[in-house]
Amino acid sequence: MSQYRRIDVSKTGDVILVRFQDKKILDESMIEEFGAELFGLVDLDNRKAILLNFDGVEFLGSAALGKLITLDRKVKSHKGRLKLSNICPEILEVFQVTKLNRVFDIRDGEAEALAAF
Amino acid sequence: MSHEQQRWQHDFELPSERGSSRIVLDELLSQLGRFGWEQSDIFGVHLAAEEAIVNAILHGNQLDRSKMVRVTCEVSPRHVRLQVTDEGPGFKPETVPDCTREDRLDMPGGRGLLLMRSFMTTIEYNDRGNSVVLEKDLDAPPASPDDDDADEAVQDSADTNAEGSA
Repeated sequence: MSQYRRIDVSKTGDVILVRFQDKKILDESMIEEFGAELFGLVDLDNRKAILLNFDGVEFLGSAALGKLITLDRKVKSHKGRLKLSNICPEILEVFQVTKLNRVFDIRDGEAEALAAF
Repeated sequence: MSHEQQRWQHDFELPSERGSSRIVLDELLSQLGRFGWEQSDIFGVHLAAEEAIVNAILHGNQLDRSKMVRVTCEVSPRHVRLQVTDEGPGFKPETVPDCTREDRLDMPGGRGLLLMRSFMTTIEYNDRGNSVVLEKDLDAPPASPDDDDADEAVQDSADTNAEGSA
């Protein structure tokens, strides 16, 4: 597996499991790296099934949401599937307020998300 | 806590460069914690403040380092007031497209104002549109689902700079 600075990447069956090293996905530079590493999973590694596990992530704002939206588009353009899990209640509210819970497939826990691929 | 200690107030002047919001946010969050705010409410203030300051830096001042962003913070046990002012030309928030429309849901940008409105009790721009006051009052009644503010179209000028700001 490639080395990443913002994400931890592992594989469970055919699913690439991504966890985040930062509790607060906040700084512009962090978000750029965060986006680049996620996009790289699709562009370079040609991953088709990706699960983003947000366990431990306490904060993300609209800039990070933008990266997730772009990632979702990339995955779909590669005929892949993207799911999100383990989102804390406060961040879940952000997805709900912005109605992005209609765009992303969000599951409560990792096991449920993996089973849904 | 004495009367003098029941309120914290500070003015900040930030350079218009990426990451400078930290100067305000670290102190603001620390003060909210000191005044006993719950984490869920701190999250909302954090989010709104971050969005307002980043908007001022990126869109108001266009990352021009010769321009500053002024942030005034007031924190008390049940109320927070933030004022964020940039030196840009301003904009008209009421002319913004609704980022929750189906045809805009997959746009990478344009959600900052919606988040500010959703997590604060009130937000109000000046006539020019380069200064915003955000307030959160823990004793305010929750907004009703039919509140006009909830449906008001919002946008920051990130629509024309969506990929760059995201």
